[in-house]
Amino acid sequence: MATPKKKSNDPKTTGHSWDGIEEFDNPLPRWWLWVFYLCILWSVVYWVLYPAWPMVSGATSGVLGYSSRADVEVEIADADAANQVWYDRLMSTDLDAISADPELERFAVNAGAAVFRAQCSQCHGAGADGLRAGSGFPNLLDDEWMWGGTMDDIVTTVTYGIRNEDFPDARYSEMPSFGRDELLTPEEIDQVVNHVLAISGQAHDAALAAAGAEVFDLNCASCHGADGSGDTFVGAPALNNAIWLYGGSEADIRATVNNAHFGIMPGFTNRLNPAQIRAVGAYVHQLGGGQ
Amino acid sequence: MSTTEEPEQLYAKREPIFPRRVKGNFRTLKWWLMGLMLGIYYITPWIRWDRGPAMPDQAVLVDLGSRRFFFFMVEIWPHEFYFVAGLLIMAGIGLFLFTSALGRVWCGYACPQTVWTDLYILVERWVEGDRNARLRLHRQPWGAEKIRKNATKWLLWLLIGLATGGAWVFYFTDAPTLLHDLATFSAHPVAYGTIAFLTTTTFLFGGFFREQVCIYGCPWPRIQAAMMDEDTLTISYRDWRGEPRGKHHKGVEDTRQGDCIDCMACVNVCPMGIDIRDGQQLACITCGLCIDACNDVMDRIGKPRELIGYMALTDETRERAGSAPKSIWKHVFRPRTVVYTVIWAGVGVALLVALFLRTDIDMSIAPVRNPTHVVLANGSVRNAYDIRLRNMYAEPRQFYLTVANDASISLTIEGVQGQLVTVGPDEQLNQRVYLTAAAGTPAAVAATSPVRVWVSVTGETDRIYGDTVFNGRGE
Repeated sequence: MATPKKKSNDPKTTGHSWDGIEEFDNPLPRWWLWVFYLCILWSVVYWVLYPAWPMVSGATSGVLGYSSRADVEVEIADADAANQVWYDRLMSTDLDAISADPELERFAVNAGAAVFRAQCSQCHGAGADGLRAGSGFPNLLDDEWMWGGTMDDIVTTVTYGIRNEDFPDARYSEMPSFGRDELLTPEEIDQVVNHVLAISGQAHDAALAAAGAEVFDLNCASCHGADGSGDTFVGAPALNNAIWLYGGSEADIRATVNNAHFGIMPGFTNRLNPAQIRAVGAYVHQLGGGQ
Repeated sequence: MSTTEEPEQLYAKREPIFPRRVKGNFRTLKWWLMGLMLGIYYITPWIRWDRGPAMPDQAVLVDLGSRRFFFFMVEIWPHEFYFVAGLLIMAGIGLFLFTSALGRVWCGYACPQTVWTDLYILVERWVEGDRNARLRLHRQPWGAEKIRKNATKWLLWLLIGLATGGAWVFYFTDAPTLLHDLATFSAHPVAYGTIAFLTTTTFLFGGFFREQVCIYGCPWPRIQAAMMDEDTLTISYRDWRGEPRGKHHKGVEDTRQGDCIDCMACVNVCPMGIDIRDGQQLACITCGLCIDACNDVMDRIGKPRELIGYMALTDETRERAGSAPKSIWKHVFRPRTVVYTVIWAGVGVALLVALFLRTDIDMSIAPVRNPTHVVLANGSVRNAYDIRLRNMYAEPRQFYLTVANDASISLTIEGVQGQLVTVGPDEQLNQRVYLTAAAGTPAAVAATSPVRVWVSVTGETDRIYGDTVFNGRGE
């Protein structure tokens, strides 16, 4: 056994002394130095192989021609190719049969949720509640649908949009501006507003409401129905319930009768493929209001 | 002075160690323990345990893919990971207990680094011969014999390493299937990668790094110093009996001479390459081989055994004063170790109780907060919840969901008619559930009200609940 050399108790210092404090001049560990040199060497290799030095327009491209953008494109193409079998299955399955196939439904709902977040949440809200009550953006969670809540209805709405001139099949609804265009007198509007308050179960003036029933019958019932239950065929919302697209207070209803509202929605045929439209339809359908 | 000396070198080159073969009680104990440890390690993944058709039949299985841990009759789900945490706490306190009572008994007998190094030294000795032959081979220049012997040794080491890494992967998937896949080169690359990595580390750690892992790499020797006290058993040299050391001459009885004949037997057998006569030191893993070596020499020269032996620091002062050392049992059973044992056993009992009390159904409920509530056409208020239902049972079962104590709130399940949900065997189901409060009821009007959802299994008495809140219109 070789005994280690007697160590000096007096290590070498740099020779500097500040207020009697000296600095050791110990050598760097050799492994550390080697790693340091290796890193420098590696950086040179890296400059040659990969994009590295920033130039005036872009960076040096490196001999490997690597680009993270190209990588992402390949990954997106791979993901699309991997999903193609699911898209095919989605397109070949009857719309109402999708929910009967748990595997397919899970794919559709997840794919649809992604589409919804990217394309629909700006107006309908990330939670699909139409941002807030009375915002004018329909709440997709509740059980009232202006244009119907079956899978077929939802897919048609998403495909062509609402009040969209790009598509002849887009859904259109018209409501006259009864006040602005002087189709009804202010008294008649007062009466019909109170009638609507009455049929939706809110506080109202009974005398005005009774008179309003006739005004409603003549001017509103053709679209909203005699009892105010709406008509999804023409996109007329139900007025005899607790759900209001533009608010249900007396002032809100008066504003709507005076000026009417015309919400629009883009058709997504140009932005999404048919399978994605079906997927987002399946997602919306299972949010709680699907029929 | 320092100015004339060489600069101090911070790097000490490793001195190769060639431990000599030794026979004795501790060596025998170590052989048995090595057999036991390696046996447990290699055999465990091959033990079968029938859990029914839908479940794996491997007794010990860490199924990372489906996030299950199987240990004989126990199955741990991810949400029950506190069992594993509890076992780790027990392992930690167990190490405290053993260290404060028996010193570095883990290092000397049970640590994988020690066991595999012992195995590698056994192979080395078998191929190259005992200490002197190995020293000779080490010093001789490279030639046919040296190449042949080293190649044989390395090949055997590699095979042991391969078996080590190979056994490890069997803990993570069905062992017979994986063995077949490995042999037909159709196993997952991760399996091959893991085996390659562990083969390499075993080969390097057991063959070349050896004692350096303990001295430089392992934090445990440092922690252990804080665990030990003056009653902890360590291996010590009785220098008051052995010194002054020196050669004994036959027939000459020198009264000034100690019992140590400086034969270096204790140094030559040491796998850590230290001299125990220098006193207690960090590198000593208390494997006991020097005790065997010294006892053998003492027997031969007709002196009493235990010149080197297990003792505590208090024994040293007692023996120097001429009194008898305390018995081993008195060292082991002292308040500190009793406290450790009680804590250790307490955690163990708590785990066992938790294990027997747990139900094989579990649920958690989280309200959907975007939006908090939806007003339906008839004025009622609906809240949505994400419920996780866990069926920790080997067969599919039907879970029945109800709301407690509030007739005005009704429960519906998305995509399901009625209130029964089927959950597959050993599966978790994430289910969207709606609670609807009729228009004008307290829950529909108030901003928030507490609700409790009960889950029971058809035909069974166990039932569990989750508490959450119901968001009303708050008007």
